[in-house]
Amino acid sequence: MIVKEKPKAFYDTFERKGAGEKVTHYCPGCGHGTAHKLIAEVLAEMEIQDRTIFLSPVGCSVFAYYYMDTGNIQCAHGRAPAVGTGIRRTRKDAILISYQGDGDLAAIGTAEIIHAANRGENLTVFFINNAIYGMTGGQMAPTTLEGQKTLTTPLGRSPGRDGHPIGMSEVMASLKTPVFIERVSLSTPGKVLKARKVFRKALENQVDRKGFSFVEVLSPCPINWKMDPVEARKWMQDQLEPLYPVQNFRDHSEIPTPADDTLPFLNDAALIELLQTGGSVPEPPSTSEKLEQRVKIAGFGGQGVLSAGVLLANYVLARGYQATWLPSYGPEMRGGKANASVIFSTREIGSPVVAHPNVLIALNTPSLVSFEQDVQPGGLILVNSSLIKEKVSRKDVEVLEIPASEMAREGGVLATANIIMLTIYLKHRDLADIRILKGILPGSVKRKEAVDLNLRMIDRALEYYERMFS
Amino acid sequence: MSENVKQLIKGNEAAVYGALMGGATHFFGYPITPASEIAQGAARYFTLAGRHFLQAESEVAVINMLYGSAAAGARVMTASSGPGMSLMAEGLSYIAGAELPCVVVDVQRAGPGLGNIWPEQSDYNITVKGGGHGNYKSIVLAPHSAQELCDFTYQAFELADRYRITVIILADAYIGQMMEPVEIPGIVLQGQRKDWALYGDRESRGNLVTSILMDPQLQSEHNWMLQDKYEQIAREFCLWDEVETEDAEYLFVAYGITSRICHSAVEELRSKGIKAGLLRPQTLTPFPQKRLKELASTGRTIISAELSNGMMAEDVDRIFAGKAECERFCWLGGIIPSVQDIVERVGTLARGGTL
Repeated sequence: MIVKEKPKAFYDTFERKGAGEKVTHYCPGCGHGTAHKLIAEVLAEMEIQDRTIFLSPVGCSVFAYYYMDTGNIQCAHGRAPAVGTGIRRTRKDAILISYQGDGDLAAIGTAEIIHAANRGENLTVFFINNAIYGMTGGQMAPTTLEGQKTLTTPLGRSPGRDGHPIGMSEVMASLKTPVFIERVSLSTPGKVLKARKVFRKALENQVDRKGFSFVEVLSPCPINWKMDPVEARKWMQDQLEPLYPVQNFRDHSEIPTPADDTLPFLNDAALIELLQTGGSVPEPPSTSEKLEQRVKIAGFGGQGVLSAGVLLANYVLARGYQATWLPSYGPEMRGGKANASVIFSTREIGSPVVAHPNVLIALNTPSLVSFEQDVQPGGLILVNSSLIKEKVSRKDVEVLEIPASEMAREGGVLATANIIMLTIYLKHRDLADIRILKGILPGSVKRKEAVDLNLRMIDRALEYYERMFS
Repeated sequence: MSENVKQLIKGNEAAVYGALMGGATHFFGYPITPASEIAQGAARYFTLAGRHFLQAESEVAVINMLYGSAAAGARVMTASSGPGMSLMAEGLSYIAGAELPCVVVDVQRAGPGLGNIWPEQSDYNITVKGGGHGNYKSIVLAPHSAQELCDFTYQAFELADRYRITVIILADAYIGQMMEPVEIPGIVLQGQRKDWALYGDRESRGNLVTSILMDPQLQSEHNWMLQDKYEQIAREFCLWDEVETEDAEYLFVAYGITSRICHSAVEELRSKGIKAGLLRPQTLTPFPQKRLKELASTGRTIISAELSNGMMAEDVDRIFAGKAECERFCWLGGIIPSVQDIVERVGTLARGGTL
């Protein structure tokens, strides 16, 4: 095929470039010009130019947007596959071309290319492998050949010091997800024509939403190889191609495409309903009296300490109080201990930290030991007397001893001791509205089959309170 | 359901609710304590709501996914904490250079390095002063409650789109982890088509998203344009809250969890007859410096209280330029001051003592 005119996917003049409006910025004999032309021709041929977004990398081809009359985005070094992922998840119909060099893709961007490939992002990657860093002036790349002299391997690349050259197509082929992997070369006109077919195939795959296609392009860099263009092409055939075999590694394009993962649409009303699930309209506060309760609920993991705090906070919220809930933060958390701080108040709550509770609900011995001295004078301590044999030594606080674990065990589930303690606390402080408490409880119990049992434990606690304390 | 429905949720979860109501369409995330519930909440609620959630391989990838998605016209967000913010610095700089609208929630933990997961406010400099390379700023909002985490995240997408800027919501481990009643905003917002974005269609074909300007003259013009934009934002948008400031002899300047503790300290000090007050910046960039200057002119003692080594205090000092006395109350490593601690220190100052 003889191409007589500039492909339509190229700009006619390179206005973004400023000086030299008709010539490219690439060096004589460089492979980028050829690779660009192949892409531009195929885009025009396939009539997908309007849909295409070209991802320019860091490297010589950072200025691909001078030439490509498509949507253009420039990416940080190595990050084009992540940027492409972001666009792909936003624009399903866009055609994305990630054009990366060997420093970009095989060094700094290894993580991004591997994971984009592994997710099977529907994009086409052209990986330009010229065995050297071009833009920064000829340093070692991961693909630099053993013994090859560069600015940073002045004596030649040493596998013992620098590692062996990486074959990225081979690495890609170790992943299950990529649909198409092929290595091509630009060393001879015949190979360029072959490359053109591969480029087209890799883009067709994307149009057909097949998934991730990877084309490694062996490409000359005569200036940094310190050769003339003719020598450079000979060197490619003699040195580069034996190490990086030109071949197809995978073509799964005939396999049916994965199912569309389009998510269901949710209208505004349905979204609001979803986000308000579990919420309630608080009742107006029943009293104008100032009230502030600073409650610490403490025990060991599995006693429902944090969830009892959540239940309490939800309950007082429904009663029209301000509320905060804070899980345990501090050294006492070690050894499986847990505590929740709940503040509720008729006024705005400042610090959510309960350093000096006026209510301590102690579910086990370490909790009582840890926090007894912190309780404010005149405060209330509820002791789970089933597990705590020690007596409260403070004389300036009120103490209620409740055999909560025993009652819970008799009721059938040990983990309901928290509900018993909480109910008795609310009752004792004249804060219990059982209708509201029972209404809130189902939303706070994780195991739905345990709801009825927990509701019964509220009644049991009330009955116990009447019997023992009133 | 009524708009006045309140529910008890974690601050982190409130950020997700605010985001969905604010029109966020894409969340890219990577887990990190104490911000993980935001990614988890997004995974659940974004997916249920037909929006998009993706867990990336790293924070580096996350921020570049934001870059791509924002460039393609979406309302995008992520959430992270100190170490993750460090990894995102590169991408945030590119986003600033390319002027893309993005929303990032930073639930601060203690550093440097891996540090620990308790609250610090030591990401102040890397969020307020830029964070990545180059001369740029973000809008930084500092919530003090779960409700504000919801409201600020809601508002952030409109701000980000209006100014083509990154909006950072700077919370901390306590504000993110505590549960409080939250009422979601009444109206679901959504973004408009952006004439500069890449839609992968004929109309947007000529568009270019880039941050590279090789010509120093062009880079200079671009950078000065960015500075003008930041000044414009400072003129148009600044939020703060005040508690008992008018006659305050001791004025706390504090944000986030510290402001909550100072608020309690103000009440305690007032009950002891010491005139204390609180100025709480809700935007750290722009900083409410005009209001602070007004308050500083009356010879009161200003106390910058924060969980850092004085990052905000340096800005407060600069605003006063020697016109007022500025004390620094600083805590590091995840230590949370008690109200009593603060009250005692101010008491010492009031008796003419030194700290």
